Amino acid sequence: MAEAVKQLPRIVIHEKLCKACSICVDFCPTNVLELKGSVVAVRNLEACTRCQLCDLRCPDFAIQVFD
Amino acid sequence: MAGNKVKRLIQGNEACAEGALYAGCRFFGGYPITPSTEIAEILSVRLPRVGGKFIQMEDEIASIAAITGASLAGLKSLTATSGPGFSLKQEGIGYACLAEVPCVIVNVMRGGPSTGYPTGPSQSDVMQAKWGTHGDHPVVALVPSTVPEILSETVRAFNLAEEYRTPVFILYDEIVGHMREAVTLPEPGELEIIDRAKPTCAPEEYHPYDTNYDVPPLAAYGEGYRFHITGLNHREDGFPTNDSALIEEGIKRIIDKIEKNKDKILKNEEYLVDGADIVVFAFGSSARSARFAVNKAREKGIKAGLLKPLTLWPFPEETVRKAAKGAKAIIVPEMNLGQIIYEVERCAKGVEVAGINRVDGEPINPAQILEAIEKFS
Amino acid sequence: MSATTAAKKKLSVPFDYDKYLRPGKLPHIWCPGCGHGIVLKSLLRAIDKSGLTKDEICMVSGIGCSSRTPGYVDFNTLHTLHGRALAYATGVKLAKPELNVIIVTGDGDALAIGGNHFIHTCRRNIDMTILVYSNFIYGMTGGQFSPTTPVGALSNTSRYGNIEPVFDCCDLAKASGATFVARGTAYHTLELERTLLAAIKHKGTSVVEIIDECPVYYGRNNKFKSVTQMMEDIEKNGTVSVKQADKLPPEKVQGKLLRGILHQVERPEYCEGYEKLIAKAQGKG
Repeated sequence: MAEAVKQLPRIVIHEKLCKACSICVDFCPTNVLELKGSVVAVRNLEACTRCQLCDLRCPDFAIQVFD
Repeated sequence: MAGNKVKRLIQGNEACAEGALYAGCRFFGGYPITPSTEIAEILSVRLPRVGGKFIQMEDEIASIAAITGASLAGLKSLTATSGPGFSLKQEGIGYACLAEVPCVIVNVMRGGPSTGYPTGPSQSDVMQAKWGTHGDHPVVALVPSTVPEILSETVRAFNLAEEYRTPVFILYDEIVGHMREAVTLPEPGELEIIDRAKPTCAPEEYHPYDTNYDVPPLAAYGEGYRFHITGLNHREDGFPTNDSALIEEGIKRIIDKIEKNKDKILKNEEYLVDGADIVVFAFGSSARSARFAVNKAREKGIKAGLLKPLTLWPFPEETVRKAAKGAKAIIVPEMNLGQIIYEVERCAKGVEVAGINRVDGEPINPAQILEAIEKFS
Repeated sequence: MSATTAAKKKLSVPFDYDKYLRPGKLPHIWCPGCGHGIVLKSLLRAIDKSGLTKDEICMVSGIGCSSRTPGYVDFNTLHTLHGRALAYATGVKLAKPELNVIIVTGDGDALAIGGNHFIHTCRRNIDMTILVYSNFIYGMTGGQFSPTTPVGALSNTSRYGNIEPVFDCCDLAKASGATFVARGTAYHTLELERTLLAAIKHKGTSVVEIIDECPVYYGRNNKFKSVTQMMEDIEKNGTVSVKQADKLPPEKVQGKLLRGILHQVERPEYCEGYEKLIAKAQGKG
């Protein structure tokens, strides 16, 4: 279990760059993200599959997924 | 064989091409247009021989764009055109003024407006040269009146463009462009050649519009200085700005760099102007007729003189003011319906200023000028 | 379960865009949801894979939203006049052929005001990569129809529906002589990255039309509910990969834009041709 927890990814959101367009929220296949006010926030990190679609489709250089 | 220089009978446009090559021009972008086409034709042959590039672009606008791009890549660049093409190039000229890109633009003036009289001479683009592109901008325009002058003024145009990082115009009428005269080609080293100042700082410290300079050094693309150039009002680092103080400072600087150095940019020829009662202010082929008329007037005992600018923009205000002092009248022959005369009037307050104008595609002849001299003497 | 799945999908380090971005320039000026940032990221990844150094790249643009791109990237950059990017770029490239010239332009910039430069650049086959960001609208001036606005679409100058037929950017490029013609979208980001890499590597004029979303001016005018809906409708459902097109029944392909490399041929490149001309002029050819 401890090992699995360690393997959770780290999602970095650059709040100053996020324009809350919701592309990452809508295209995330596992609903990891949500819009909180004017920025994106992580809702369910455990569901993250590290597919990086959020990073690939973010127009604002505002989100990155690290191991 | 020093001292045994070759004299050649060449055409004005040919002299322009020779001058460009002598000055180190290595890029020509143009579009065929009468009566400037010979410049393109000659350079299409001569440039590749010295490793330079000639490209016939798809239109006049593309030509000014291409030479601006080539200049930013480090090559001394030229385009040549005539009335309609000069009109089409205006937006690109403004870009080069604001972005401070050295380049030379030849306008062999023909009759206008519109397609006008393509094979007939004219001097009716002189105010367009000054105000043709929108916005406030610096202008340098040279106006040779003989074939040897076209060569030397073309060299000077490149020097000024490089020294002041600005577009420089060479304006001459079709008569001078197509006339043939004997020209002694200068030998290497005979005429001064100026190259733009290059940055010496580290690339990360380089600002293409460094306000510590009147004329900031210009790097070339691909030399490690990864700078940004835009036609938007910009800061000294080259990036756009909406800061009103910086916008005004930037525009003022590009104008000041010419104004402050006017003494070095202006060039006139004064022929019997000292103590003259009647001064003829004439440029281009009109100055040729004027010289003849002045000589005839002198034969008749009239104290006439010729003031011939070689730099028309910036305007030789002081020289005209000085010549006007003590003169009875200033006569301004020009192949248009009155353009430069207003500049002369502005500088010669209190003195009669009279124009001689024609737009019929014929040169102003010496008799017309002599008649005016006699009238005011 | 999710942790196991994640462990299987070994994550590489996220791409470091900062390597190619000028420090302190973000956030960019593009509206929320605008695809230009997505395209830029695909381009930067492609450039990274190309092995080109930043000093070797000259990025040239015209005027419009997409043409603001050069301001953000750490290359030799030139933001020129509306429509004229290709002509400026031609001057840069011919003057210094060792530079790798990439042009960023929009549908209005490239195909309307810059149409003449577009066809003649393709004809010369000068070695440059042209990205035409096609979002069916003039965004910078506030939403007027462009040469790629579909018939019937609404814009601020086609309030009764656009009556002008569209230019097919790729057909135009091919007919004009471009030797590499491709189309990508801001939805298919990895495919676009591969396409752009192939375009950069191609010797000759490469044109890549990129179907891209303008949620603010095209989207709102044409009743799209969200940027996501736009990306799904236009970029995913409105296009089909050229590799799949042959296998699909005609009705599934009809009316859709093809994605991928549509045309690639070899033809003498302009700058190389000019070098031969120089040799000939100097009596060496």
